[in-house]
Amino acid sequence: MNLGPHAAFIEIAYAAAAIIIIALIAWIALDYRAQRRNLSGLEARGVTRRSERASRVAT
Amino acid sequence: MALIDLANPSRFLNFTERVLPWLAGATVIGFALGLSQAYNAPDDYQQGATVKIMFIHVPSAWLAMFGWALMSAAALGTLVWRHPLADVAAKSAAPIGAAFTLICLITGSLWGRPMWGTYWVWDARLTSVLVLFLMYLGVIALHRAVEDPTRAGRAAAILTLVGAINLPIIKFSVDWWNTLHQGASVLRLGGSTVYPTILVPLLDMAVAFTLLFVTLHLAAMRNEILRRRVRTLRLMQAQSAPGS
Repeated sequence: MNLGPHAAFIEIAYAAAAIIIIALIAWIALDYRAQRRNLSGLEARGVTRRSERASRVAT
Repeated sequence: MALIDLANPSRFLNFTERVLPWLAGATVIGFALGLSQAYNAPDDYQQGATVKIMFIHVPSAWLAMFGWALMSAAALGTLVWRHPLADVAAKSAAPIGAAFTLICLITGSLWGRPMWGTYWVWDARLTSVLVLFLMYLGVIALHRAVEDPTRAGRAAAILTLVGAINLPIIKFSVDWWNTLHQGASVLRLGGSTVYPTILVPLLDMAVAFTLLFVTLHLAAMRNEILRRRVRTLRLMQAQSAPGS
């Protein structure tokens, strides 16, 4: 594909957009894992919400 | 499930677990279609192949403004109705909106250099979008500066509503002032002035970018709900500790 005399501007624009979007996706995915890990650590130590304790007693 | 049920954070988490994989799949398909159409789109008769930058610049500009509009609606939910998820929605949208604004600024600058002969000019459109980016950073900083999420949410909601005045300024800046940036050519009275061979890939990319925004926003909201649960549990743990 011939992008003409300004090919570098087009390629850098698409690369910059891709880098920002990939960084955003990675940040959200890593944040999710961190929050899940924190939550499971607390639950393993017996720290749970009242609503969860009530639902466990009911079942 | 009724829409009102989603106001409950636990139900909202269940909803996101079910919906996110489908949204992520639709986003991938949307980008595959949009990028293939952008790749095959013809060159512009004046701008040549640089018109391909438009396929990422314009959707990111729309979503930069959409993000702040969404935060403004959520800010009303926080201040007026005290909706449990409104503050979560506003806080989660800020970094995503900031990222799309940054893409808009960078790609616009890279498009401007070959077409205008400069990367940057302090005209009304460019400056008002830069102000939008700085306001996003301000809201993110405010959320991080105040430890109590409820207090941070209210302060950020006020800042967001004040900042909403910038949205019509961005939209109409090209009409109100003499700018280097071109006027509206897609969303305008009298219809689009863009030729269909370029308009169709642009709209496809806009759909793909919107799907990406919605997917990331729901995922970020899910993270924020979990973060607040962790905070509550840590407070409970500290209160029940011996000697507290």
